[in-house]
Amino acid sequence: MTYKVMKKNVMKAIAAGKRLDSRELFEQREIEVKFGVSNKAEGSVSVKMGKTEVVCGIKMGVAEPYTDHENEGTMMTSLELTPMSSPDFEYGQPSIQAVETARIIDRGIRESGFIDFKKLCIKEGEKVWSIFIDLATINDDGNLIDAGALAALLALRVARFPVYDEKKEKIEFGEFTDKKLPLNVDKMPVTLTFFKIGDSLFFDPTREEEDACDGRLTMEISKPGKEEMINAMQKGGEACLTIDDVEKMVEEGTKAHKKLSNLIETEVEKAEKSEKHGKKK
Amino acid sequence: MAYTKRFDGRKLDELRPIQAKVGVIPNADGSALFGQGDTIAIAAVYGPKILNPKHQQNPEKGVLRVHYNMLSFSVGERIKPGVSRRSQEISKVTEWALTPLVMLDELPGTVIDIHINILQANAGTRCAGINAAAMALAHAGIPMKEMISAVAIGSMGGTITTDISKEEEDYEEDGEKAATDIPMTFLSNSEKITLLQLDGAIPAKKLKEALEAGKEACKKINEYQKKALKEYK
Repeated sequence: MTYKVMKKNVMKAIAAGKRLDSRELFEQREIEVKFGVSNKAEGSVSVKMGKTEVVCGIKMGVAEPYTDHENEGTMMTSLELTPMSSPDFEYGQPSIQAVETARIIDRGIRESGFIDFKKLCIKEGEKVWSIFIDLATINDDGNLIDAGALAALLALRVARFPVYDEKKEKIEFGEFTDKKLPLNVDKMPVTLTFFKIGDSLFFDPTREEEDACDGRLTMEISKPGKEEMINAMQKGGEACLTIDDVEKMVEEGTKAHKKLSNLIETEVEKAEKSEKHGKKK
Repeated sequence: MAYTKRFDGRKLDELRPIQAKVGVIPNADGSALFGQGDTIAIAAVYGPKILNPKHQQNPEKGVLRVHYNMLSFSVGERIKPGVSRRSQEISKVTEWALTPLVMLDELPGTVIDIHINILQANAGTRCAGINAAAMALAHAGIPMKEMISAVAIGSMGGTITTDISKEEEDYEEDGEKAATDIPMTFLSNSEKITLLQLDGAIPAKKLKEALEAGKEACKKINEYQKKALKEYK
């Protein structure tokens, strides 16, 4: 019953253009980034959006390429919705929520051309690098798609290749090179999920807000040149959208894209500075 | 070079040849086949029936369950039979696409199972599956608010193109992938969108044009669906 009451409250507030936590409809919660949450990973980060926290670790492997892309490396994105992070998550087979969220995050990164897969080729048709983007929830207070996608980008940006012993054909895990992953930084996609309740749209929901919603549309936006490009979209939930709804999301999405990509650049720059500083010692 | 001439000679807003047929699976409560060019989907509806186990029932409204499956021989290189991450996702987005049009409030405690199988795949399988499923729901006599049609619109290096084929999905310009695939659905009366996905790269400003093209294409598809339902004896 709490749920129905909560839905009513959320609906009332959003219809009046407000949020339960007094934010604007298109206002992000505070974002907190912390790199290096695991020194075993090739790159790692924790991202907090308000009370939501997601961690991402990049692991590298060497594998055979796919037969239809013999000179390209591979990438796999997975997400664990840990029971530790919410009473709603359970152990066992990955739920459809986990599978879908990971696939949405994967699609934006893949389709934007952010990773230069050809540069991950070691020996054509035989050996390529594979990138594993592994995400896990620490605390779920809504908007896991956007938080997860942001964590994935940040972790990729700071990741370094591990040492690879050509003779033994073995990765020396724990020993890192200075070599960054081959990324096209100008093509970096930012993920934004818009939610619909009644006829109103907004983004970055808390868990209560998200559960009250009728549906969502995720957009992954990059800006490789002068204009914004959409690299991936996914509608979720039973809501019906109008063409005008989608137009509004494009408008707000391009605005938010700018803010978020600035935040990423600032954080990555800070991380790289402190890394250099650390080495001088 | 801009994509002005389509590989199969169609006009930019032209659909592939459509085949639509109702009542292809005698055991099912409702069934249909829908083909767009070389893509062929069959759908079967079973229900409404009592949902078991009982704790899964919703006392307020019925439940719609979609099972999308690509048959292992429907593509070039054989795919492993069974559930994949891709098919799980497509089942879920199809479920979300179809749920708003079924009057589930009238069917508390029940479940409607929709099984979609792809016989032959040449891009746009989830759309063909939805088109078939909508016809199968109507054929089963399930109370529906309106009909639904689905189509994949492409942006071929910026050129908006209707109902793209596999060859078009793989279209390249200067050795780079240049096709964007945008599957979408429109409801027949309210003209609302219940499924929308995209992968590739399309200028944000072009999205509206793609949606308008999808709306027009769905109107045409809806005519084929209605005709097949009327012709069924």
